Amino acid sequence: MSIIKADTHPLDRYLRTERLPHVWCPGCGIGTVLGAYLRAMEKIGMDPEKSIMVSGIGCTGRAAGYVRMDSFHTTHGRAIPFAVGLKAARPDLNVTVFSGDGDLFAIGGNHIIHAARRNANITVVAINNFTYGMTGGQLAPTTPETGITTTSPYGNVESPFNLAGLIAVAGASYVARWTSLHVRRLEKSLEKALKKRGFSFVEVLSQCPTAYGRRNRMRDPVDTLKYFQKYAVVKNHVNPLEGVIEPNKPFVVGEFLDAPEEPTFEDKLWELTKAEFLHTSQAERSEWIIEHRRHLEVLSRIISGKGGEE
Amino acid sequence: MSKDILVGDHFLSGDVAAAEGAIAAGCRFFAGYPITPSSEVAERMARRLPEVGGIFIQMEDELASMAAILGASWGGRKAMTATSGPGFSLMMENYGLGIMTETPVVIVNVQRAGPSTGLPTLLGQGDVMQARWGTHGSYQAIALSPESPQECFDMTIKAFNLAERFRQPVILLMDESVGHLFERVTIPPKEEIEIVNRKILKDKNRKIYEPDEDLVPPMPPIGEGFGIHVTGLTHDERGYPSINAETQERMIGRINDKIRKYADEIVDYEEFMVDDAEVIVVAYGITARSARRAVIMARENGIKAGLFRLKVIWPFPSKRLEELSDREFVVAEVNNGQALVEVERAIKKRAVFVGKMGGEPHKPQEILKGIEEAVK
Amino acid sequence: MATESNTEKLLERSGLSLPRGEVYLIEDRCKGCGLCIAFCPKHVLVVSDKFNKKGYHPPELVEEEPVNVCINCGFCERICPEFAIFVKEKKEE
Repeated sequence: MSIIKADTHPLDRYLRTERLPHVWCPGCGIGTVLGAYLRAMEKIGMDPEKSIMVSGIGCTGRAAGYVRMDSFHTTHGRAIPFAVGLKAARPDLNVTVFSGDGDLFAIGGNHIIHAARRNANITVVAINNFTYGMTGGQLAPTTPETGITTTSPYGNVESPFNLAGLIAVAGASYVARWTSLHVRRLEKSLEKALKKRGFSFVEVLSQCPTAYGRRNRMRDPVDTLKYFQKYAVVKNHVNPLEGVIEPNKPFVVGEFLDAPEEPTFEDKLWELTKAEFLHTSQAERSEWIIEHRRHLEVLSRIISGKGGEE
Repeated sequence: MSKDILVGDHFLSGDVAAAEGAIAAGCRFFAGYPITPSSEVAERMARRLPEVGGIFIQMEDELASMAAILGASWGGRKAMTATSGPGFSLMMENYGLGIMTETPVVIVNVQRAGPSTGLPTLLGQGDVMQARWGTHGSYQAIALSPESPQECFDMTIKAFNLAERFRQPVILLMDESVGHLFERVTIPPKEEIEIVNRKILKDKNRKIYEPDEDLVPPMPPIGEGFGIHVTGLTHDERGYPSINAETQERMIGRINDKIRKYADEIVDYEEFMVDDAEVIVVAYGITARSARRAVIMARENGIKAGLFRLKVIWPFPSKRLEELSDREFVVAEVNNGQALVEVERAIKKRAVFVGKMGGEPHKPQEILKGIEEAVK
Repeated sequence: MATESNTEKLLERSGLSLPRGEVYLIEDRCKGCGLCIAFCPKHVLVVSDKFNKKGYHPPELVEEEPVNVCINCGFCERICPEFAIFVKEKKEE
């Protein structure tokens, strides 16, 4: 039996097929992660007409241009605040920010921790390829120590951010990390993230053969995936402090946090617009606002090794 | 009584009047970051928006504030932010995104003296050129300059109307003195307030950036199956990135032309005793109030002076100034000569400049001296 | 060389068979990255000699009945960054 020629792909209804092939290099993992995202959407029956994708700038930032839904390709680092404004104005729509590590955590770092702190009801998919791919492979806040990039030609002397750990402690409701190799588990996590009311965050470690791999003995995309295969350790309720990624050492993937649902930022903003709420006493309003902030409880259980279940 | 328009006479500061103007214009979303001397706008919006079904968010910085109002505007809400110099600088990036993606929003800049942190609590008018050229690339700016709390109210409504009509961010270029000035503000009944709303795209088969005859494309709604793509990259009529000189020429040409074509309708100024004037003072904002006094004093001294007050700074009323160019000119502003450049360009000769670096408004006597120098 | 895994022996003994898949490809979307080939658990994909429109070598299928065959696991479909390759369950004839 040979391969059967096809003209359409099962995910085509979610894609702007007229724009394919996409801009990403051969073997880049962004398309893989986008596929996982669209499968998760399909699985949970999320209506693309009611779904918005917001991207920033960079390779991953181009994702918004390929999905057949209302999509916004904004400025560098500002996808999150754009999405926060949009979601607050239109809580009826599903809002996802799909962007890269540099966009979300360097230039946009302040925004993402504040969106997590507010528990804004958006999903953030952060593709972490350890570098700035679009501009040719410069040092990112995620580049592993000793990593060679065009702006760290002697090896990176900085410590990288532990993205999932950072967002877990910042106040998110759901946090997971996978790699572009863990496609099925990634899909499952994305389903949960999309369904979660509150700030959900999925970090996906991914290969950049062209700009990062090439300079770090992973020229072939397969090399990076083999690296993930070798070093990724699947774990759940990961202590955020254990999320650090060091070169040539095991690193954790899995669910960091799945906190119980509680009123989201938008729920609270809209509650304020109800006349009956405005006319209750300050004491009653305070009670409502602080009623459910259980994120920290769950987090401290995880950190103290008591597990993340209720 | 409806809560959105507080009909009647009030004693309000310019900042608060701007907030009330926004609410009267239908603004239902505000994102901002505290900064003197504009914080009162945010404070008023925080209190008032929930009462009228609106959303107020204090963002983590001005970059975020500007991004958030663009998001909210695409979400179908009239949206505004307010800031001052340092924050205005931070907003320039997404002001550009607003221009490129043709997003109607209003930015209130209550000017203080700069550069940098400058004089946080004291007057400046040094952001005139930044309001015109602050973000990179080629575009046309719209900026209004009120001289009183009443105008802060009126012009915020006008700013929203222009933003909605032209699908572009509009700047309300206030200054500290006007922002903190308390005066009577008369809020008219709803039916006396003209409100313009954006054109909404209805045809799903039409390209989202295909303009109408007025060069403004109707704005597509989101969440209704249009499947729009909106990008800060140069894009074609479908909204898709199109990185080439031809698209740049056509699309960026159009977003300039949509303002240029109607510049005469946007331009707005007040002429006070200009008809027989031999010398005309050009001023705006708080400076116009000192200038008006100076003109009266000059007339008392037998000099035929007049005031040309810029109510809309951008687009600049070059045509009218050129018609008046047989007179002598004085330009007074709290900076080192920004509107001055445009005035001299229009009248094709030098004007007497009465500038101040900031910190306090002009004394009428200072402007009077300029008038006397001009007729010497 | 085709070798049977324990799973397959077990399945055979219990009278069950692994699902079979058909592999589909939108040839001109392929960028020849080789991820589907490297991570196919049954190693039934190889680089072909032919060029697609963009000048890349798309994969081709080399099944060896009865063991080294597509089992419809869908990993190639999931790992493919190009939305180029996908599988469908093969219907019994």
